[in-house]
Amino acid sequence: MSEAAGNNTAMSGAGSLFADGFWRNNAAFVQLLGICPLLAITTTLVNGLALGIATTLVLIATNSVVSLIRGALVPSVRILIFVLIIASLVTTVDMLTNAFFHDLYRVLGLFIPLIITNCTILAQAESVASRHRIDHAALSGLATGLGFAAALVMLGGLREIVGSGTLFSGMEFLLGEALRGVYLNLPYDGMLAAILPPGAFFGLAILIAARNYFADRKKTNPSRREEAAVRP
Amino acid sequence: MADSERQGLRAILAVAVIAVCAAGLISVSHRISAERIERNVAERILRSLHEVLDPSLYDNDLVGTQVWAIDPDLLGTTDPVQVFLATRNGEPAAAIFAAVAPRGYNGAINLLVGVDAAGVIQGVRVTDHRETPGLGDQIEIAISDWVTGFDGTSLSDPPLPQWAVAADGGRFDAFTGATVTPRAVVQAVRDTLVYFNGHQAELFERAAAAEDVETNPESSGANPP
Repeated sequence: MSEAAGNNTAMSGAGSLFADGFWRNNAAFVQLLGICPLLAITTTLVNGLALGIATTLVLIATNSVVSLIRGALVPSVRILIFVLIIASLVTTVDMLTNAFFHDLYRVLGLFIPLIITNCTILAQAESVASRHRIDHAALSGLATGLGFAAALVMLGGLREIVGSGTLFSGMEFLLGEALRGVYLNLPYDGMLAAILPPGAFFGLAILIAARNYFADRKKTNPSRREEAAVRP
Repeated sequence: MADSERQGLRAILAVAVIAVCAAGLISVSHRISAERIERNVAERILRSLHEVLDPSLYDNDLVGTQVWAIDPDLLGTTDPVQVFLATRNGEPAAAIFAAVAPRGYNGAINLLVGVDAAGVIQGVRVTDHRETPGLGDQIEIAISDWVTGFDGTSLSDPPLPQWAVAADGGRFDAFTGATVTPRAVVQAVRDTLVYFNGHQAELFERAAAAEDVETNPESSGANPP
């Protein structure tokens, strides 16, 4: 049945599916899932970006695998199976990052294994991947992951600018030694509070408020009717 | 009844199959990455050792020449402390202590302290700490060059009473807003020097004796507590 529904809205489906994962149901700003890594790691933009990329890769992989085996899922143990799949894929990402991006691994350290506990991934497996074809599931994973990564990057960038007065510091962890020392240094020393844990909450609150403001403004536009018609 | 039994069997089978696949995936990625991870770690250790000791000062396998030292009073921890011993043409050249400053503002601060055979500091680096970002974290070389202030110091320069932060009448600067952190580091470096002063010969002898034997923290305690 989901196949038929998927075919009907095939064209607008992909765009709306993407918008859904990225904006309307943004994991971090709307669903408030995955807050633990979000708050902990976003002291710089680069840290946020790196964890965002790792999470996106994991989401695409877990959604695809779960979607592929959805026919064989046994309802009573499905959560157990999801967690097994997520944990083994994250462990793989963890080991490969350690082997091939060692410096980055030292920065993200604890937080790659913690991707396992990111509820976004389990929520995606349960509510999307186990009910849809692999293309739908993978796209949803991509959109959700990118939405989460965008949130990490914005919060990381905000906290880095306000807290340290720099931006893009640590780029060498992602893109190689050539970029060591290449970052924006603002004429401002930074406000410590933004780097400390409370700053993460304040920053997240500001970004959620900003997102809600834009979402509300969009609703007052004529296009609102269209949106309302799609989701009665 | 039979139906629910079949359901149960299916559930067990599904979980078992997935578990086997998961284990297979992890073992494959372990196989791909294990060797590289090991090499990365060894490289990282050597790179950090070279931060506190000029590579031209020694010619042995530094990472491979380790002994363990136990001295809760001077080395800051009841655990064995890793000591890397550098030799040149077979003669003792320097030692690098993975010392601990136990009285940081937020718990212990881990250090690497490089001392040459004459007891002169070749370099100090902070490897791990939980000091307040923006205040105590200036002990990190990435944030400030404060730790380079130890280079070239020894137990006689400055004289022992001046091995303290300026606030305590010593020769080492503290940072604005953070005295506890630099004080802890200065004390730890000083105590490491004192330890090295008293145990230098013994450390190198043990390293020579243990050349072919696996170093074992249990059997090589310098000062049994």
